Amino acid sequence: MSEPKPKKVYFYGTCLVDLFFPDAGMAGIQLLRQAGVDVVFPEGQTCCGQPAFNCGYWEEARDVARNQVALFPQDLPVILPSGSCAGMMKVHYPELFHGQPDEAKVKAFSARVYELTQFLVDVLDVKLKDLGAPVKVTWHSSCHAVRDLGLKGEPQALIGQLANVELAPLAREHECCGFGGTFSVRQPEISGAMSCDKAADAEATGASVVLSTDGGCLLNVNGTLEAKQSPLRVQHIAEFLWERTHAR
Amino acid sequence: MHAEHEVLFRDSAAKALLDPQLRANFRRAMDGLITKRRNQFPDPRDLQDLRDLSTTIRSRSLLGLPELLEQFEVNCTKNGIKVHWAETCEQANELILSILRAKNAKTLVKGKSMVSEEMHLNAFLEANGIEALESDLGEYIIQLDGETPSHIIMPAIHKNKDQIARQFSQKIKDAKYTEDVDELTAMARRVLRQKFLDADAGLSGVNFAVAETGTLCLVENEGNGRMSTHVPPLHIAVMGLEKVVATLEDVAPLYAILTRSATGQAVSTYFNMITGPRGEGEKDGPQEVHLVILDNGRSRIYADPQLRATLRCIRCGACMNHCPVYTRVGGHAYEAVYPGPIGKILTPQMEGVGVRHDLIHGSSLCGACGEVCPVEIPIPEILVRLRREATHDDEGSNVAGRGTGRTATEDWAWRLWAGVLKRPALYRLAAWFATRFGKALPAGAPLIKNWTRSRTKPVPARRSLSERMRAEGGKHV
Amino acid sequence: MSEPRTDTHTDARTAILGRLRAADGAGPLPVPDTAVLERRQWPAAERMVRLRKGMEAVHTEFLEATPATWPAVVRAFCDGAGLKNLLYGPTSEAGKALAAAWAPGGTQLMPYDRPVEAFKHELFTGVDAGFTGTVGGVAETGGLLLMPGPDEPRLMSLVPPVHIALLKASTIHDTFWSAVKALGWGRSLPPNALLISGPSKTADIEQTLAYGVHGPKRLIVVLVDDLA
Ligand code: SF4
Repeated sequence: MSEPKPKKVYFYGTCLVDLFFPDAGMAGIQLLRQAGVDVVFPEGQTCCGQPAFNCGYWEEARDVARNQVALFPQDLPVILPSGSCAGMMKVHYPELFHGQPDEAKVKAFSARVYELTQFLVDVLDVKLKDLGAPVKVTWHSSCHAVRDLGLKGEPQALIGQLANVELAPLAREHECCGFGGTFSVRQPEISGAMSCDKAADAEATGASVVLSTDGGCLLNVNGTLEAKQSPLRVQHIAEFLWERTHAR
Repeated sequence: MHAEHEVLFRDSAAKALLDPQLRANFRRAMDGLITKRRNQFPDPRDLQDLRDLSTTIRSRSLLGLPELLEQFEVNCTKNGIKVHWAETCEQANELILSILRAKNAKTLVKGKSMVSEEMHLNAFLEANGIEALESDLGEYIIQLDGETPSHIIMPAIHKNKDQIARQFSQKIKDAKYTEDVDELTAMARRVLRQKFLDADAGLSGVNFAVAETGTLCLVENEGNGRMSTHVPPLHIAVMGLEKVVATLEDVAPLYAILTRSATGQAVSTYFNMITGPRGEGEKDGPQEVHLVILDNGRSRIYADPQLRATLRCIRCGACMNHCPVYTRVGGHAYEAVYPGPIGKILTPQMEGVGVRHDLIHGSSLCGACGEVCPVEIPIPEILVRLRREATHDDEGSNVAGRGTGRTATEDWAWRLWAGVLKRPALYRLAAWFATRFGKALPAGAPLIKNWTRSRTKPVPARRSLSERMRAEGGKHV
Repeated sequence: MSEPRTDTHTDARTAILGRLRAADGAGPLPVPDTAVLERRQWPAAERMVRLRKGMEAVHTEFLEATPATWPAVVRAFCDGAGLKNLLYGPTSEAGKALAAAWAPGGTQLMPYDRPVEAFKHELFTGVDAGFTGTVGGVAETGGLLLMPGPDEPRLMSLVPPVHIALLKASTIHDTFWSAVKALGWGRSLPPNALLISGPSKTADIEQTLAYGVHGPKRLIVVLVDDLA
C-alpha cells in the first residue's frame, strides 16, 4: 500500500463490547498500539443505534447516532471491534440520515469507519508473530461483517499469520448464528434453534476455541454453549490475537 | 381472504420447530440446493455480471411498465391471445370462471402457477363445480393431501419419499405401496396423462411476458406445462402485472440466472414460448388462448420507489433456499402463499404491515437472501422499511396497513432506550449498575426470559471498557 | 383493503394502468451491459462437443450421422429399439427426406397429417416415438431449438414416449441469447417455439431425479456433422 499509514485513530468500543467484552476492546486497542498507531478513545460513547434502526424507530436511532458522530470530529479513521456496528455506521448511517440537515457530515464520518481486522489487514498491513502454544481454532463469520461491510477474509488472513494456530473449517460458516439483535428475544424459538445448530456445528470441528468479530454472536453462541454445558467458547478475535502476539 | 387480526409467525414457527422430520427434510433439501447453485456459478465475476445485467433488465422493465403492458396487450391481441385485466383475486377468479363457462368446460388441468395459488383459484373453481387438477408432480402430491405449497419452486419439498409412498398407496386407485421414486413417478404419469387427454381446458402461469412479440414464456422440467397449454382446446394463462419485459433478448439472461439460482440447473428441460393459439394450418395447440393480468396490490407496491424493487422478483426461490429461518421452519409456518424472504416482504405489502407485523420481525436480518437474489432485491433493507411502516404512519407513504402495528409499550421502550443512550451521563450510570448488579437480574424477567429459553443469562463484565479506559487516563479526549 | 373496486374489466384495465402511470417512474433507463453474454463463444467444433456434454448430463442420447447417413441412422435406431411406429411430419423437409429413404417392414412411419382431434386417443396411447427436425441448438448449456407448426405439430415432441430430433452441427449457436438474436426471435415468433434440453424430468420426490414424468422418457438427438 503506497499511502502513508495513519499514525492516529479513534476507537469506538460499541455497547456490547463495553458492557460484556471489555477485554476484547482493550485487546483491539493494544493491537493497534502494537502496530504503532496512537489510539484515541473518546469519552461519552454509548451505542451505534442499530437496534432502534432495525426496528423502524429511526428518530430514536438518529438521536443516539448523532451523539456518536459528534464524538469523532477529527479526520481520523474510526475503528470498531464489531462487524455489525461498523456496518451500521458505515453503510446504514448514510441511509438513516438521508435528507437530514447533517447528512453530509454523517457521510464524511461513515467514510472513515473500519472494522478492526479490516483496518489491521487492509490499511496497516500488520505482520503478527505467534508466541503461543499449538492450538486448533475455528472461525464464525459475522453476517454483517461479510454482507454489509464486505469483509473478504481479513480475519482468516490474520489467523493464518499465526504459525501455531490451525484453522478448522466450520460447516455452514456463513450461516447466521441466530442472534439478530431484537430477533433473539422477539422470535426466541427460531433464534434458539439457529443458535443450537451453530453451537453443534462449532463443536463438531474439534476446535478448542471459536473466533468471531462480533459481540452479538459472542453473547449468543456462548450463552448457548454454556446452556448445553459444552466446554467450548467463542472468543473475540482481537482478544485471541493479542494474547498470542504480545510478549508478557 | 386476508387476515383481519395479526397473524403470529412466532407461534406457527415454534410449532414447526418441534417436528424433527420436517426439519430434517428441509435441512437436507436446502443444503443440497445451496451446493447445486454454487456449482453453477464457479466464476464470481460471471455471477456478479449476470446479476447486474438481470437487475438492470428488471429495473428497466419496471420503469417502463405501463407502456410495456400496453404494447404487450396490443401484440397479444394481434396474435389472437385474449387479454383480460383484474384488479383483485376475486375479479380474476370470476373472469376465469366465465371463460370456462363460455366453453362449457368442466375440467381444468393446471401447470404450476403461484399466481393461481395467490388467487386460491382451485377452491373457487371447485365451489363452482369445476374440477381443477394440479399436474406438476409436486403440486399433484400436495393437492392429494389438501395442502398448500411449502416452496414456490418445489411445492412438496416438505415431504419425504416414505410419506409420499404412503399417500399414493392410499389415494391413487389401484396403486400398490412402493418407495421407488421411478415407480411413484410412473403412477402419477398414468393418472395425469389420462387427465391431459380428457381435460376441457388447461391453465398455466407465466414466467416472462414479452412485449415486443406478445409472447408468454414458461420454464419447466416435467412437460406438464406444455401438456396443459397445448393439449386441451382452451388455454388460460394468469400472470402478475410485473412479469413483462421488452424483448426475448431480455429474457435470455433472466432465464439463464433463473434456473441456476433456483435448482442449480444450467437450463431447464423445456423453455416454452407461446405466441398464440393454434395458427393457420396447425394441427394441434389450443383453439383459444386467454391471459389474465392480475394486480392484487402490485400497483400499490409499484408506486413506492424503494418498495418497487420487490416487483423485480423472478420467483427463483433462492432466497428461501439460503434462508436460515426458512430452512428450519419450512414454508407452511409462514401461513402465506409466498413463504421465505420474498414472502416476508411481499405478504405484508399485500395484506397489510400491521397484521403481518410479527412476520416482518421474523428475520435476523442476516442478509443471506439479498446476497443470492439474482435480481439484487435488498430484502433486509425492505424488511427494515416495512418494520418502520408497521409502527409509523409517515406522510407520503401508501403502504397497506401502515402504522397499525404500533403499540404503546414498544413506543415507550424505544423512547426510554434513546433517552438513556443519547445522554452519556445516564448511560454511564446505567452501565455502572449493570456491571455491578447485572448478575442479580432475575432470569425470568421479560425479554430475559425469552433469551434464556436456550441460553444462559448474559452477565456484564465487572468493569466496562469505558471505565477501564477512563482509569487508564491520558488517551481520553 | 381500500383498492378502488370496478364493475367492468375495461375499468380494471384503465384503473391499473392509471395507477402505474401515476407513480413517478420517469428517470434515465439503465443500460444493460451484455458483456457477460458476449464473452461466451466457442469455435463450431467445440460448440458441438459442449452441446452434447450438456445434454448427455441430463440423459439425452446421441446418434452420430452425416448428411447422407442420417435417415439410415434413424431407421437403425427404430428397428433396434423395436418401435412399432414413428410419428413424423410428412410435409416437413426432414420428414420428406426420412420418408423417401424409409424401406417397408419393421417400424412403421406414421404421418401427423390431420387435426389432433381426429386421433388424440391414438396419439396418447398408440404412438411409440415422434421424429422432428430442429432449427438450431445451444452450445453453452446444451439444448435444441424447435419451431413446431403446420409441418411439425406441437405434440410430436411431447406426447410419444420417445422423441427423436435431427440436429445439424452447423446450426448450433453459442448461447440461447445469441440464438434468439440470430433467429430474429426478438422481433417475431411463431405461435409456438421451444427449447428442449433433455427428456422430461422431475425432482419433486425428495430431490431424486426421475425421467419421463409427463413428456418423453427418452430424447434421442441425431447429430449430423455437416461442419466439413
Ligand atoms: S426475491 Fe430474489 S431470490 Fe427470492 S425468489 Fe425473488 S428473485 Fe429469487
